[in-house]
Amino acid sequence: MRAYYPALNALGLIIMIFGLLMGFPLGVSVWLDDGATLAYDKAVFATFVIGLILWALTRGGRRDLRVHDGFFLVAATWIVLPLFGALPLLAYIPGLHFTDAYFEAVSGLTATGATVLSGLDDLPISINLWRTFMHWIGGMGVIVLVVAILPLLGIGGRQLFKAEVPTPMKDSSLTPRIAETAKGLWMTYLLLTVACALSLWWAGLDGWDALIHAFSIAGLGGFSNKDASLGHFDNLNVELVTILFAVLAGLNYATHYLALMRRSLKPYARDPEIPFYFGVLLFSVAMLTLYLMYWQIHADPLATLRNVAFHVVSISTSLGLVIDDYTAWPMFAQLWLLFMGSFIACSGSTGGGIKMMRAMILYKQVLREMIRSLHPNAVRPVRLGKQPVPETILHAVLGFSFMYMVSIVSLTLLLSATGLELITAFSAVVASLNNTGPGLEGVGPASNYQALTVFHKWVLAFTMILGRLEIFTFLVVLTPAFWRR
Amino acid sequence: MKIIILGAGQVGASVAENLVSEANDITLVDTSPEHLAVLRDRLEIRTVCGNAASPKVLRDAGAEDADLLIAVTQSDQTNLCACRIAKALFNLPTRIARLRSTDYVDYPELLDESNFAVDFSICPEQVVTDYIKRLIAFPEALQVLEFADGVVSLICVRAFEGGPLVGHPLKALKFHLPNVEVRIAAIYRNGVPIIPEGDSIIAPGDEVFCLAATVHVRQVMRELRRSDKPMRRIMIAGGGNIGFRLAQSIEENYHVKILEMKQERAELLATQLSRALVLRGDSTDEKLLETEGIDETDLFVALTNDEEDNIMSASLAKRMGARRTLALINRRSYVDLVQGGPIDIAISPAHTSIGTLLAHVRRGDVVAVHSLRRGAAEALELIAHGSRKDSKVVGRPIEEIMLPKGASIGAIVRDETREDGRVVRREVIMPHHDTVIEENDHVIVFCTHKHLVRKVEKLFQVGFHFL
Repeated sequence: MRAYYPALNALGLIIMIFGLLMGFPLGVSVWLDDGATLAYDKAVFATFVIGLILWALTRGGRRDLRVHDGFFLVAATWIVLPLFGALPLLAYIPGLHFTDAYFEAVSGLTATGATVLSGLDDLPISINLWRTFMHWIGGMGVIVLVVAILPLLGIGGRQLFKAEVPTPMKDSSLTPRIAETAKGLWMTYLLLTVACALSLWWAGLDGWDALIHAFSIAGLGGFSNKDASLGHFDNLNVELVTILFAVLAGLNYATHYLALMRRSLKPYARDPEIPFYFGVLLFSVAMLTLYLMYWQIHADPLATLRNVAFHVVSISTSLGLVIDDYTAWPMFAQLWLLFMGSFIACSGSTGGGIKMMRAMILYKQVLREMIRSLHPNAVRPVRLGKQPVPETILHAVLGFSFMYMVSIVSLTLLLSATGLELITAFSAVVASLNNTGPGLEGVGPASNYQALTVFHKWVLAFTMILGRLEIFTFLVVLTPAFWRR
Repeated sequence: MKIIILGAGQVGASVAENLVSEANDITLVDTSPEHLAVLRDRLEIRTVCGNAASPKVLRDAGAEDADLLIAVTQSDQTNLCACRIAKALFNLPTRIARLRSTDYVDYPELLDESNFAVDFSICPEQVVTDYIKRLIAFPEALQVLEFADGVVSLICVRAFEGGPLVGHPLKALKFHLPNVEVRIAAIYRNGVPIIPEGDSIIAPGDEVFCLAATVHVRQVMRELRRSDKPMRRIMIAGGGNIGFRLAQSIEENYHVKILEMKQERAELLATQLSRALVLRGDSTDEKLLETEGIDETDLFVALTNDEEDNIMSASLAKRMGARRTLALINRRSYVDLVQGGPIDIAISPAHTSIGTLLAHVRRGDVVAVHSLRRGAAEALELIAHGSRKDSKVVGRPIEEIMLPKGASIGAIVRDETREDGRVVRREVIMPHHDTVIEENDHVIVFCTHKHLVRKVEKLFQVGFHFL
């Protein structure tokens, strides 16, 4: 057991910080006197004290974190934090089942946005703020935040960082010191969020609505404080602002950071993912608009464009806010949205899925195999921009993609074996694994995850964490080899 | 003139060879005693063994009273460093450096007096690459040379049965191409020069050198042979410096395949090239050539470091159906053996690239020197300076200029300047016996023999005896 002390010690620290972060909605609650104050002070107190106890008990075993500790800590953090994140919800909403609260907190922290709650419009502001604030914290990553503000995690920091940041190129860092990199990413993230909140406010939302949705958009989460999601406002400007910032949040934050640091747009031109990202987005919007105009789903071409543009961006970047019920669309269009969500978001963004970079590497690998069968002597490294992709990363990407498929198939089978209708099961798994949120049919935008059984909710919560940690970081901890030291 | 040449590689050796015959004192510096010994036995030069970037070695080589430093070692860094030292310690007046990496060339301010102090930089690989590119653009030509920044071209074409002008006297050219100014500079029949007259007849198999404005080159070529299909599929053997540069500059416009032996180099090429197909393998491997469709290849370019390999692979490619073959060959004896046979064009990298370098070395206002027919003949571009009083050229009609026998003025490029000095238009003049040369004209002179070059240069110098 002592072997886990260093990781547990860091975990205690993370829990304490999480407790302090909970102080933000507590403050809001006190200030607004919205009736949730009692729920919060208990939750904040419990979280902080438990973190403190854990930290104090394991202080003796403190040392720099190793690779092993890194995986354990990241997995443990993502399983344990939702427990604390669920506390305010449990305390405020009477009769809320523990499973539902945990599901909601996982969905929040993993920036998925699948909700089991209804009557959101009547919840106090601070509760809704907490839900999307969790998106915001989890979007960029709790551990990245801790690395940024607490350099005392020491040498293990880079290990942790690599385990949490969603990108296949784990070794590319922006600055020589990992703490600087983490700080840079969080500052960029903060700036984008502030800009988003101000824009939403300008577009016509009131201050709290703007802030709540800005957290949701920047983290590409998908919670809203309205049952009808963003459709509640029926405001074109709000939708345009959302599209803009969702597109920005779906880009690599490292690129944003470089552009800000150098005050130039060149880093965007050099990012190899960007042409494909925008290419696929624009193609999808154009194609689906024409397709839906043909089927005459919406009243007129402009309404079609508005609906398609919003949902394509929202679902494919894994945001998950909706303005209408897209399950009225023909099945092809719905599946297209779901399919897009699995690879559009760029590496290093707050989005989910296999990431654009991996999709590009896979596509180029396929091209290479074809050229190789035509020209047996051809030498053709897989390249991103001008950079060759090392074989080790190529293999990692192939392995990852395989595990991604396996996860989707096996979890879908598990859900349908336990009584869920196939499309619902499939789309729930895909939407959870990609951290998108809304799926199709039973879990579509018109309904939510409330109706699922307790077992299904646990499976999907697990799927969300699996997706957020890009499968391997989480699965490694579940292998026997990990525990056999 | 006292000249120091750093580096006794291919370029250094052929520069030495070319300059030694022109009564220069040459000192060659290299780190390899063997290289130096071979050259010392063959040429009348002094050699110094040592690191070219060391002040002591440069002093030993006589940098203190040398007129010219030519730094052509393999390493860019050594060349730059040597130029800087020559300027700082010895105040050597003219410094020429070979720079391969485009990295340096992109920052011209690095080369000025206060930094590396390089007066001229040359990249032999780039010169050869450009030369091959022109041959690809004009697939019918044996040689394409440009003068006056590309305004005028000199092309060498082998006349073929069926060309509209073949079998006709030269004066018929006027009727064939009424609007095109063209000058037949020389005709070589079986390797012997014929001074072209109005009634000389072009026979099939003749190598014809024509000067024309670059925009008219295609029309002129059509008169001498049926035009070929344009090139589309190009196979390059050898991914060295030249092969890589060539592939990089033509991959957008042609289907390029490039063969490279070494796995590591092949991988590097593949990461740098975006459209060309990189193949790892031996260019003399019949099976490989066959699977890669050599019979449908329009041009096979053999550019490896091994000239025997180049000859063999190009011959093999020709035999297996490549439409045209081109090989990099240094030895003149080999060139005579294979050119016109299995290999359509032999390129000597030393001869091709040396012209640019020699232009800087030679006195007077020589802009370019190109060797033709593997160095047997030369074409020069000179700027006429002075006035009728102090020049033997300016202000005189062509017939009054005392050109040595075997040299002829091929074309004149005259800048039309506005009042503020900006060049408005460059006019190409095909001179007649009464054309008067003006100051600042670029005059292109064709010499049937190399030793005429010095006489022509003298003629263009502004002389004191006219005062």
